[in-house]
Amino acid sequence: MDSMLIYKALLTVGVFAVSLGIAAYLTWGERKLAAILQDRVGPDRAGPFGLLQPLADGVKMLMKEEMIPSKANKWLFIFGPSFFMLTACMTGAVIPWGSGITVDGVVYPLQVTDINIGLLYLLGVVSIGVYGIMIGGWSSNNKYSLLGALRASSQMISYEVAMGMALIALTMITGTLSLGEISRQQDAGLANVVYQPLGFLIFIICAFAETNRAPFDLPESESELVGGYHTEYSSMKLGFFLFAEYINMFISSAVMATLYFGGYNFPFQHELGLEGNTLAILQTAALFIKIAIFIFVFMWVRWTLPRFRYDQLMNLGWKVLLPLSIANIFITGIVMWALGKLN
Amino acid sequence: METAPSLFSLYFPIVLMAVVAIGFVVTTMALTHAFGPKRPTKVKDDTFECGIEVKGNARSPFSVKYFLVAILFVLFDVEVIFMYPWAVNFRELGLFGLIEMFSFMGLMIVGLIYIIRRGALKWD
Amino acid sequence: MLSEYIFWFLSFVAVFSAAGMIFSKNPVYSVLSLIVTFFAVAGHYFLLGAQFLAAVHIIVYAGAIMVLFLYVIMMLNLNELEEEKKSLYTKALSFFAGGVLMLVLIAVVRRTEELQLIQPAVYNADLGLTQHLGKVLYKEFLVPFELASVLFLSAMVGAVYLSKKDLA
Repeated sequence: MDSMLIYKALLTVGVFAVSLGIAAYLTWGERKLAAILQDRVGPDRAGPFGLLQPLADGVKMLMKEEMIPSKANKWLFIFGPSFFMLTACMTGAVIPWGSGITVDGVVYPLQVTDINIGLLYLLGVVSIGVYGIMIGGWSSNNKYSLLGALRASSQMISYEVAMGMALIALTMITGTLSLGEISRQQDAGLANVVYQPLGFLIFIICAFAETNRAPFDLPESESELVGGYHTEYSSMKLGFFLFAEYINMFISSAVMATLYFGGYNFPFQHELGLEGNTLAILQTAALFIKIAIFIFVFMWVRWTLPRFRYDQLMNLGWKVLLPLSIANIFITGIVMWALGKLN
Repeated sequence: METAPSLFSLYFPIVLMAVVAIGFVVTTMALTHAFGPKRPTKVKDDTFECGIEVKGNARSPFSVKYFLVAILFVLFDVEVIFMYPWAVNFRELGLFGLIEMFSFMGLMIVGLIYIIRRGALKWD
Repeated sequence: MLSEYIFWFLSFVAVFSAAGMIFSKNPVYSVLSLIVTFFAVAGHYFLLGAQFLAAVHIIVYAGAIMVLFLYVIMMLNLNELEEEKKSLYTKALSFFAGGVLMLVLIAVVRRTEELQLIQPAVYNADLGLTQHLGKVLYKEFLVPFELASVLFLSAMVGAVYLSKKDLA
């Protein structure tokens, strides 16, 4: 029991470090990808292919002057980005990163904790995340910041409803809220996206909106709001706001891969004749390949599509996605009843 | 309180995650505070408004629509929460549960239609 | 033993932040203190094994209702907001109302033991799981559940009606 606790503690720190590291390299990846899409070179000065760029950026953020506007609330101004970063880091705890490594007959799961309210935990952390932006934007005492914070928060709460509804249709099929259990079920059967294509579509759109990524980047639309809710921010506080966006992107890709695309399972995994730890490592690799594909989609969309107008954004959330997700629940229920899956 | 050990092993990692994350955030904030230069001037610390002199204050009342969106969000959020225990037990509750939830959602749809028809979510 | 320490810690946090919510001058700090209180209460739910309730408490109260509160506070023009001068009459009346509420609460808490609401012998720790809660909610408490949807509908209509007066 005790060795398990120590292992869990190490795994927690490990997951935290890995998500930070991946988010750091996503900033590099995004700039490189944007460069490729726009026929440019992208960062190439720091190290080979500019691979040391995230480090240079981090050091630069750390060494910059810390400016706090004289009219701002000092502590809330610091609290905003800190809290945003904190909530971004918390989500990785419930995601199963692999099926588990066996050492001396003891299975060490690659999931920090498999709570049976995993989905609700995710929703909870997402719903708390809006405070970072609201407090940050309000405390700056700047008109652009306040408008950005308002837009960001009302956008996030609007899409949270449709997201919760999409997850309900998924729960109707899986019958559990535990992410570990959902992954195991997809080992035995097909990936959930086969049963929930509409639910997945709704979820991925909501994930774009929740992470404030283009085409939902109205809160920080630089052409009209300067920098949105982080207009007044500088140094590492600005860094936190930008960096947390990449962590959110990574985590939401991992959530989508886990919930709808089989998690760490990959097709024909039991026909390869592999077992034990080799298979477990391959499974983790498969999960990370899926995550990488989703992240690519995130970036691809950002550098391809123009931004929504605010009324379009609200209409999409309340008048399209919400009715669609309700219809999805009805369809799922009726189909499952017709197939005789109910008692 | 008998369940404490198992619950403890389940939720201890989450608490630890929070501690690690708080530690990271606080350390980074302290470091950037220590390393960065500090040369404040009155103009630099002024509110940024694209170079124009600041007029008035940012904290002025804004459109009631944002407020309405927040109220509607609270209502729909609670309804969604109501549906989770049902979705988990969906197979066991059977057809009766399905009809039960459809009637619950029927009133929700009526509410949504009312909201849209009254133009409460109209942004122009 | 450990859960007892956690209980005392959470209770301390809850009471302390609740006091902070009342005494802080800046309403935004009040909201943040209240959120901390909600988290401490959610922790208490966890200690009792009510995991679903704890998660819902955080999602609904901390994640939804307090966002609404923050909107209201952000809507107020805080700079011009002076401490409202309340007359002695209002103060006395609010003191009286608060005191009566406190008396009722104390009376209820005192009676919990004799009512035997919590019976350790039959207390099922799994009761707090989402599965069990769903079975109870959708079989035994069917009518209140369906009535809740009527309540939601009326709340929606009310909210739209009140804000439409402003919009028109």
